[in-house]
Amino acid sequence: MKSTHDTEASSLEELELDLLLDALERRFGYDFRNYARASLKRRVRKVLQDLDVTTISGLQERLLHHPDLLRTFLATVSVNITSLFRNPRFYVALRQEVVPLLRTYPFVRIWVAGCATGEEIYSMAILLQEEGLYARTRVYATDLSDDLLEQAAKGQFPLDRMQQYTHNYLHSGGKTDFSSYYRVHGNSVILDPKLRTNLVFSQHNLAADGAFNEFHLILCRNVMIYFDETLRNRVHSLIFESLVNFGILGLGMKESIRFSPHVDAFVPVNADMRIYKRSR
Amino acid sequence: MTVLVALGASLGGLDALSIVLGRLPEQIPMAFVVVQHRHRDGGSQLEAILARRCQLPVVQAEDRMQIEAGRIHVSPPNYHMLIDGDKLGLTLEHPVHCARPSIDVLFESACDGTPWPLIAILLTAASVDGAAGIQAVKGMGGTVIVQDPEEARSPIAVLAALEKTKVDYILKLAEIGPMLMSKVGSARNAHQVVTSRQTG
Repeated sequence: MKSTHDTEASSLEELELDLLLDALERRFGYDFRNYARASLKRRVRKVLQDLDVTTISGLQERLLHHPDLLRTFLATVSVNITSLFRNPRFYVALRQEVVPLLRTYPFVRIWVAGCATGEEIYSMAILLQEEGLYARTRVYATDLSDDLLEQAAKGQFPLDRMQQYTHNYLHSGGKTDFSSYYRVHGNSVILDPKLRTNLVFSQHNLAADGAFNEFHLILCRNVMIYFDETLRNRVHSLIFESLVNFGILGLGMKESIRFSPHVDAFVPVNADMRIYKRSR
Repeated sequence: MTVLVALGASLGGLDALSIVLGRLPEQIPMAFVVVQHRHRDGGSQLEAILARRCQLPVVQAEDRMQIEAGRIHVSPPNYHMLIDGDKLGLTLEHPVHCARPSIDVLFESACDGTPWPLIAILLTAASVDGAAGIQAVKGMGGTVIVQDPEEARSPIAVLAALEKTKVDYILKLAEIGPMLMSKVGSARNAHQVVTSRQTG
């Protein structure tokens, strides 16, 4: 049902994409070679549209000779769409089933891997505050992109999203008036700076970097859906290495621990919410 | 030989999907992947209802799920579902035509993502999501079926698709299942013809 012409066209596109990803890694150090191809292709095609370029080879030429375009490329190709208290039921499960475990530690370290613009970090900060744990917790927020980290550190969000975020917060077990956590500033809101006290923002590349600490809780949610099997295995191993014994891992709602090379070392805390405990 | 059948629907989709898929037998050598526009906070009611009405098993897709013949894979709420080889991928990119899951995303990814012959079916839907996807499938040589716009609860997507491209079949819902069964028959025959040519 596929014509020969179309098969050739798509293998040409595959070749061009391979070459582009190689060029990006060799020239700029950004390694997208192990990102899941189907979704990556879609985002690369969007960059072609945005930059008005016809072919991926053409895009490669532009990026190599106009590195200022790299930012546009990275902004489109790395997916960073997130919200405060996304999947409220996940945060309910955190409060009910994970917080009691965290309370047993005198000092808590949490890692949010792939934090993008920071919504997950601030959701955690608010939750920890309300559960009386924030003072003895340090939350490490890492991402590949310095731009995103810079954005995240500001704790600033569009005003027009706050209605959705308030709805999320209320369904996540939120205990107070959500507006008490921010003030309005033009078209944005700025979160209470006190929420930033125990947050550490740091650049970290899941594709290349190693473990940098041991954590009681690691959240890596809707990050690995963009990775292929090779990169997922790497990240799962990195996560495993970075978890204390009996430490907790939280994945995205439709992700599974099943694909981790260390799956046998985990037991479910709440399998529905993709929360697992390292048991050895 | 498995055939990948991708279906997209929106307003009135659950009923439409039930009619199309309801009588298909479990042994059918076709894998079904479905985007039904659904509320972001929805659970798995959709899958449960569809399962009651179909002989084929129905699952809500998870990331990296293997696509299997004789099974209906439904996109979860608030993710896009893509075909990635013989597996399903999920992403959280922006809604397309205000939809996530988007029919266009499914159909377009199936165009180069699948190792199998492709049939795309666009049913009742009240936005243009799906029209570009149908055009892409037709462009790469896949088979395209749309629901008769006069029968559809909302004909908007189908009419938008018909403006973009010729399709292979415009059918009423009750005709689509039998059409798929006939494709199974002819795919088998074609395979037998090829095999006998090789041995003859």
